Amino acid sequence: MAEITLDNLAHSYSPNPKGEEDFALKELNHVWSDGEAYALLGASGCGKSTLLNIISGLLHPSQGRILFDGKDVTEASTADRNIAQVFQFPVVYDTMTVRANLAFPLKNRGADPKYIAERVQQIGAMIGMEAELDKRARGLTADAKQKISLGRGMVREDVNALLFDEPLTVIDPHMKWELRTQLKSLHHDFGHTMIYVTHDQTEALTFADKVVVMYDGRVVQIGTPQELFDTPQHTFVGYFIGSPGMNVIPAAVIGKTAVVHGTEIALTHRHDVLEGKIELGVRPEFVTLTDGPGLPVKVRRVEDVGRHKIVRAELFGSPINILADEDQPITPDMTNITFDPARVNVYVNDWLKHGKAA
Amino acid sequence: MEKTVNQKAWFLILPVLILVAFSAVIPLMTVVNYSVQDTFGQNEFFWVGLEWFAEMLDSDRMWDALGRQLMFSAIILAIQIPLGVFVALNMPKRGFWSSFCLVVMSLPLLIPWNVVGTIWQIFGRVDIGLLGYTLDALGISYNYTQDTFAAWATIIIMDVWHWTSLVALLAFAGLKSIPDAYYQAAKIDQASRWAIFRYIELPKMMGVLMIAILLRFMDSFMIYTEPFVVTGGGPGNATTLLSIDLVKMALGQFDLGPAAAFSIMYYLVILLISYVFYTVMTTVEKNEG
Repeated sequence: MAEITLDNLAHSYSPNPKGEEDFALKELNHVWSDGEAYALLGASGCGKSTLLNIISGLLHPSQGRILFDGKDVTEASTADRNIAQVFQFPVVYDTMTVRANLAFPLKNRGADPKYIAERVQQIGAMIGMEAELDKRARGLTADAKQKISLGRGMVREDVNALLFDEPLTVIDPHMKWELRTQLKSLHHDFGHTMIYVTHDQTEALTFADKVVVMYDGRVVQIGTPQELFDTPQHTFVGYFIGSPGMNVIPAAVIGKTAVVHGTEIALTHRHDVLEGKIELGVRPEFVTLTDGPGLPVKVRRVEDVGRHKIVRAELFGSPINILADEDQPITPDMTNITFDPARVNVYVNDWLKHGKAA
Repeated sequence: MEKTVNQKAWFLILPVLILVAFSAVIPLMTVVNYSVQDTFGQNEFFWVGLEWFAEMLDSDRMWDALGRQLMFSAIILAIQIPLGVFVALNMPKRGFWSSFCLVVMSLPLLIPWNVVGTIWQIFGRVDIGLLGYTLDALGISYNYTQDTFAAWATIIIMDVWHWTSLVALLAFAGLKSIPDAYYQAAKIDQASRWAIFRYIELPKMMGVLMIAILLRFMDSFMIYTEPFVVTGGGPGNATTLLSIDLVKMALGQFDLGPAAAFSIMYYLVILLISYVFYTVMTTVEKNEG
C-alpha cells in the first residue's frame, strides 16, 4: 500500500515528439492517496492504459517522475514496484491448473508453501472457483479465465497498488456486478490503493471513491461522482458522464444574463467579459419542457425508459435532450424549454468558468 | 421431407477421379504390380506372390539402411527443433531487423536441393573447399569421402543449415501470435525467463512445433538429393539412406521387384511413424491442456 505521486509526468510513443499533439499522455501532476479506490474514466484512446502502464512500470515515461511513498521509482522495474495488474483480456497460464495459476505470483516471490496453499484457497473462494481449483486453466470460459486473472492480481497482500485495466469487459453482466462488489469489499477489507480503468461510467461511479476523467491525453477532472455530475470542469466530463450527457449550448454571456439566439436566460452568478468559445452546459435533468415561455424547441422523439422519459428535441438546429418525469404528460403544445438557473454552468473554450456570486 | 435424388451429380466428381487416378492410383498400382512379379526381360512377368517382401524383410541391406535413416532423422530433429526455437526466441520481434532476419533465414529454403548438395560438396572438399581446406590446414583430419564420421557430420550440418530456418520461421509465427499482455502479466507476476518460456511461449508454440516436427520428420525420412550429391551414399554404405538405397536397387541394378516391395514398405513405414508422431503429440497436447 502506497501513496503514488505523479510528478510532471508525460508520455509520447514517438521517440522525438514535436508538439503537444504527439503526446499520448500530456503533462500531469497528481497524488493518488494511499488506500483510496480510483476509477480512471475516459473514451478509448484517451491515454488511460498508457497512464496505468506507466504506473505499473511496463512503460517508461518520456518525462517526469513517479514516486511511491515519496521514493522515486521511475527507473524501478515492475517487479520492484510490487504492483498487481489485471488486464482487459484474460491472461492465464494455460498449461497450469487454476490453483497453480493463483499460486504463481507467490511462488515466484518465494513465499512459504503453507501460506501459499492457504492463501490460494482463500482467493479461490473469493472468486467463486473453489470447485475448479484443480482443473486446468485451458478450456475454461473467458469468464472463468478472467476471474483467475483477477484472483492472481489479488493473491498478494503486500502489493503497493492494484491496477485494473478494464478487467470486466469480457465478463457477463450478472457476474460483472458480483465481481465489482467483491473488488469493493476487498478494497474495504484490505485498503489497497486501487486504480480501475474503464470506459463505462456506471462501473466507474459504483466502484470508486474518486473518479479521474481523462480526455485526449489529459486529466480533465478528478472528483467524487457527485462533483462530476454537478460541476463538470470540462464539457467532455458533462457529456461523458450522465445518461444522456449534458447539453452544451452556444451562447453569449453578459453579466448575469446568457443569450441564446436572442432569448435571455437568467444566471445565478455574474461573469466578467468572457472571450473565446462560450457555451452553457445544462444536464437534461435540469431542463424542463413547458407550454409557457422559454427557448423554442422542436420535439423529435420521446423515449420512455421506464423510470423517466427522454425527450429528444432540436434547439435552433442542434440536438438537445430533456429528461421528464415518467408521469408527466408530453403534449404537442409544449414547445419551449426552461433551465434550472442554479444548474446552468458556463464554459469558456470547453472549461468551466465560475462566476461571482450576486 | 422428401430428399431429392440426383445421381447425375456423380459426373461432377469424374474429373477429380480421373486426375487422381492418373497422378496417384495408377502409378502406385504399377509399383504394387511389380512387387508381386518377377521378370527376365522381354516384358514377360511371372507371379511370385509375396516373395519379394519376404526377401526384403530378410535382407540386412534394408534393415541397415532403415537404421541409418532413423538415426539421421533422429539427429536432425534433435538439433533442428531446439535450435529453431532458440533462433526464433532471439529474433527481433518487430521493426526493420525483424524483416531482415526473416529474409535472410528464408534464403536457404529457396535454394534447390541439388544445389545445396553441390554447395556443401564443394565447401567440404579438402583440395578446393573453404571448409575442408581450412580444417585440413588446422591439422584436423576431415575427409567426407573416406571418413564415416566426417561424412555424417557433413550431411547433418548441411541439413541443419538447409532446414533449421523452417522450424525457426514456424516457431517465430507462433511466438508472434502471443499478445503483449501475457508478457506484461508475467512481468507483474515476477516470472523468470525460464517460466515465461515454459508456461507462456512453449504452450503457445505447441501447435506449430507439432507441424514443424512432422514436416521435418517426413522430409528427412525421404531425403535423397542432398546426401546423394555430397557423398553418393559412401564411404562404403555409411551414408546410404533408405531412398538412396532404393534408387540404387531400382535404377542401378534394375531389380524392379525387390525395389517395388521396398518402396511399398518404405511408404508404409513413413505413414506409420507419422501416424504415431501425430497421435503422441495430440495426446501430449491434450494432457497439457
